[in-house]
Amino acid sequence: MSTVTAPAPARRRRPLTERLPGTPRLQSRVLAGVLIAGAILLPYLYDAGSPFIEDCTIALAYVVMALGLNVVVGFAGLLDLGYVAFFAIGAYTIGWFASGFFAGSNIHVGVNSVLSKLPGIHLNFLLILLVAAILAATMGAILGFPTLRLRGDYIAIVTLAFGEIIGRIAVNGDSNVLGFIHFNLTNGRQGINPIDRPDLPILGQFSTLDLRPWYFLALALALLVVFINIRLRDSRLGRAWIAVREDEVAAVSMGIPTTKVKLLAYATGAAMGGMAGAFIGAFFEQVNADQFAFSFSIFVLAMIILGGLGSVWGVVVGAITLSFINTRLIPDVLNGVPSKLGLDFDLTQLGFGIFGFLLVIMMVLRPQGLIPEKRRQIELTEGTAGEESVFEVRQ
Amino acid sequence: MSVAAGTTRADEAGDGGAGAMLATEGLTKIFGGLVAVDDVSFTVPTRSIASIIGPNGAGKTTFFNMLTGLYKPSYGKVIFDGSDVTGRRPDLITGAGISRTFQNIRLFGTMTAAENVVVGRHTHQKGSIFGAIFRPPYVRKAEREGIEEAHELLSYVGVPERLHEQLSSALSYGDQRRVEIARALASHPRLLLLDEPTAGMNPAESAELTEFMRKLRDERDITILLIEHDMKVVMGVSEHITVLDHGEKISEGDPHAVRADPRVIEAYLGKQG
Repeated sequence: MSTVTAPAPARRRRPLTERLPGTPRLQSRVLAGVLIAGAILLPYLYDAGSPFIEDCTIALAYVVMALGLNVVVGFAGLLDLGYVAFFAIGAYTIGWFASGFFAGSNIHVGVNSVLSKLPGIHLNFLLILLVAAILAATMGAILGFPTLRLRGDYIAIVTLAFGEIIGRIAVNGDSNVLGFIHFNLTNGRQGINPIDRPDLPILGQFSTLDLRPWYFLALALALLVVFINIRLRDSRLGRAWIAVREDEVAAVSMGIPTTKVKLLAYATGAAMGGMAGAFIGAFFEQVNADQFAFSFSIFVLAMIILGGLGSVWGVVVGAITLSFINTRLIPDVLNGVPSKLGLDFDLTQLGFGIFGFLLVIMMVLRPQGLIPEKRRQIELTEGTAGEESVFEVRQ
Repeated sequence: MSVAAGTTRADEAGDGGAGAMLATEGLTKIFGGLVAVDDVSFTVPTRSIASIIGPNGAGKTTFFNMLTGLYKPSYGKVIFDGSDVTGRRPDLITGAGISRTFQNIRLFGTMTAAENVVVGRHTHQKGSIFGAIFRPPYVRKAEREGIEEAHELLSYVGVPERLHEQLSSALSYGDQRRVEIARALASHPRLLLLDEPTAGMNPAESAELTEFMRKLRDERDITILLIEHDMKVVMGVSEHITVLDHGEKISEGDPHAVRADPRVIEAYLGKQG
């Protein structure tokens, strides 16, 4: 891994036995329960259409996105810089299957009476989530294939290229996909809109005036993905990922099918990215090729590094923090600062400069992330088998 | 010739039992212009303890890597228990029943000793990704069994109980070697390959390990093939020794025959004047 090169600060060390077998179960369960209850009550403290709920909803969508990338980078140790591709696939899935984009066809599955009279393909939102997850997972596995024989930085380069390819297809896919099929796949920069608003049991018909259903849907997705992350981390597959991350030769010699295990990591991570993409597409009611830039991959990667690679709760905190810095702190709080100082520039244009600055600060002060994952911390502070860790870092 | 006899038996495949656990035929590995292992044929009889010895750089570890599938042989065949496993994927070979340890210990440093051993059980534990997420009863049961077996194996190889939950990287060298053997045993191998298992051990620990190898063979029916530099261990424990030098097999036989072979003496000590 190339991300863990900074020297670690000497900290007070707890006895080894406390470290790995896991945090006290009851305590963490109670804490999780309180947090979830708080998250459910939160929107009732604000107006139904308040921009704060909107920002929270976006943050939760990013949590889903970041936890997906966490499976690939944090668990399996495969540095994926093309994660935006799965956002795009998820977003186009909802664009295709919940709008009038394919006006020629008339397919309606599980939608209300209003939508079923409209031309185009209109599927139930839950169905679309499933399709998005499956499509993205398939693409994730396909992307994983060329990287199987590569290590470290080389994986990053290949995945980066894959993200760019999907981004280009999104921009140019309005007429001539892949140069020979004359078919409008993405509608390019004009994008696909409007996208149907979900209509779900319990939450009812979604609207732009009442943002609570959106929030609850995002919360449900985030909790689901947190649950899956934790279960996978503590499973046979999770151990296999750690093994492959630490020492591929030893892992394969212990009977772990590294190819399958890595592809599963890519596919799982991609499925989560796809679901988040579909949700964001529905939330903004449009899919637009300009959303799918390389910087998005970096944004999500920054979230998991800030929170702590491999640490589920760390990634949740990292995603919420960066998302709020992006949607609140920079445009609302900090944006007035330059003009007050007599400077003339738009701070929102500097978003990535600010994220970069934050990451540098983090790497100096707390390289293991806000809530570090135990194993990653050990790797960082003590190094694994001496020379081997040096070898890993150099790779 | 014992080699020819061994391979024909293996070729007939299926009679199993009394035949050779492992046989190679003309196994060769070429790296660019370097012939690391040159046309080595040998057999390891079932339930025996055999050694491969040779000076540094003789190609012993390369040979091991071909047996376990980490390297694809340039030429030749590897026959394990009657079936041809040449060039098969390493994880499948492990699943078929060959397990190994490494010359420079390769434990997973951020895992505890017990977790390392549980990883070794990978091929014996069922479970899909959905099993991992939904954790149905059979997965819970397998997990519990895995942890229990890990502790059992660790005690069996002589790692004291208080160290089972310690990080493997925090253990002493000798204990790390033992954990590695426990991890290899967790895949329920029929053939165990040990790459310099006594390296870094003191004489008392080496003697203990020698005893342990016999115990493994007798109690668990495991055939053992080891690479070893410590001649006391080699001569004491092996029933069959193969000597490699510059990738070629220069001698083989029982300890007495090998010790007396002038080619072996030459390889180790140089030509006598």
